Amino acid sequence: MTQLRWLAALAAVVVALVVQVSLFPHVAWHGVVPNLCLLVVVAAALTVEAPFALLLGFAAGLTLDLAPPADHVAGRWALAFTVAAFLAARVRQDQRPSALAVVGTVAAASFVASSLFALSGVLLQDPATSVVGLLEVVLVAVVWDVLLTPFVLPPLMRLFARLSPQWATT
Amino acid sequence: MGAFGGHDGRERRWTGLDRLESRNRPPRSLLVALVLASITMITLDVSGDGSSPLDPARRVVGEALGPAEAGVAAAVRPFTTVPAWFRSKGDLADQVRDLEASNAELRGQVELAGFDRNRLEQYDGLTTAAEDLGSALVPARVVALGSRQSQSFTVTIDAGSEAGIGPDMTVVNNDGLVGRVLRVTRSTATVLLVIDPDSTVGGRVGSSMEIGFVTGSGSLRQESGLDLRLVDDASVPARDDTVVTWGSTTGPYAPGVPIGTITEVYSSLREASQRAVVKPFVDFSALDVVGVMVPSGMQSDRAVIEADGSLR
Repeated sequence: MTQLRWLAALAAVVVALVVQVSLFPHVAWHGVVPNLCLLVVVAAALTVEAPFALLLGFAAGLTLDLAPPADHVAGRWALAFTVAAFLAARVRQDQRPSALAVVGTVAAASFVASSLFALSGVLLQDPATSVVGLLEVVLVAVVWDVLLTPFVLPPLMRLFARLSPQWATT
Repeated sequence: MGAFGGHDGRERRWTGLDRLESRNRPPRSLLVALVLASITMITLDVSGDGSSPLDPARRVVGEALGPAEAGVAAAVRPFTTVPAWFRSKGDLADQVRDLEASNAELRGQVELAGFDRNRLEQYDGLTTAAEDLGSALVPARVVALGSRQSQSFTVTIDAGSEAGIGPDMTVVNNDGLVGRVLRVTRSTATVLLVIDPDSTVGGRVGSSMEIGFVTGSGSLRQESGLDLRLVDDASVPARDDTVVTWGSTTGPYAPGVPIGTITEVYSSLREASQRAVVKPFVDFSALDVVGVMVPSGMQSDRAVIEADGSLR
């Protein structure tokens, strides 16, 4: 069951990544696209046990760091996603989370992940844009992620819940 | 757990929930381990100057995901033209008027710029006479774009080492300079756009032949695309002047590729130098077909456009 769950989760990450870099740039706002990989990680963190979500966050971030159009220092998204998964897993309650809680978690995780990525860039002296520019990008990314939540999170959470009966929250 | 021992006696019906809660508490040790792993990876990637130890991993992931990206891009392409069908006659009339205006403006520029152009041609003739510049173009399409959240401006194109592409080759489209190839896999290549803040291109002002460095400003807006700093502080670049690459035939950027026009000139008192804003010819938010400059006669898996315009 665990292997099946890993397979499903990694497949979801790969699909999310490919859609994120190949489809969404056509509808992007000033180049900011929804972070679908993060949505997969948050869905896992809200549904299955925390260690799995943390490892999935790390793996998804690493894939985003290494997949073709990326050219930043590898490990930055991995760090951001791991911390975001940790926070999302802490928020989780034992009832099925309400719609509002899901949206709030996604917004918080998106804000934390994008900000951590931006901060790591500042620390690594990446010649980035101004703080105002960074903040604008982070906030637009949060709006994008929240907009996509109703379409992406429910099916993913149902999938993860079905693949982990001992943690099923239905 | 000794401190929680009293729980069982006092509130029995919550014990199950408590255990559930504690079983799902995110393990800090795992968090610390994964964060340290990320930091190790960042350190490895930063310290490896020039060639990073993670390049093989990048290549493997690229080989695996590149074809998927190309496939999705090909599937999406028919739908990206849909908005164009819904344009009204008014829009089209507006566009015709705008194009006529810009056409007239361009014609005026060409007539006035004859002198400059002649000088440029002479210069190009001089520098390229010694070596045969004759490069060919490998056509390719953009299949994936890096997101703004990732703070770098890179794209994936659907031609790789099988098409004869290698690192540091110049990428152009029909408007001008797009960027250079960073790394290749078998079927895809990653291109660093010139608007990336990390990108620096040797540039030359068309009219004065002054050389300088063109840096990306990290913005997709075409007006604020690039920054030009001239090597000679005393010379002031003129507005509406064309900037071309200065480059060499061996370096990353081939010489004489148009980059953009100068829109604004600032003089910085603090640094005692001139800074000019260059508006790139290429619209980076709508990149599609690009060409990679390869040496003439290169073996490729697709039709190559030779220097004289013939297909091979």
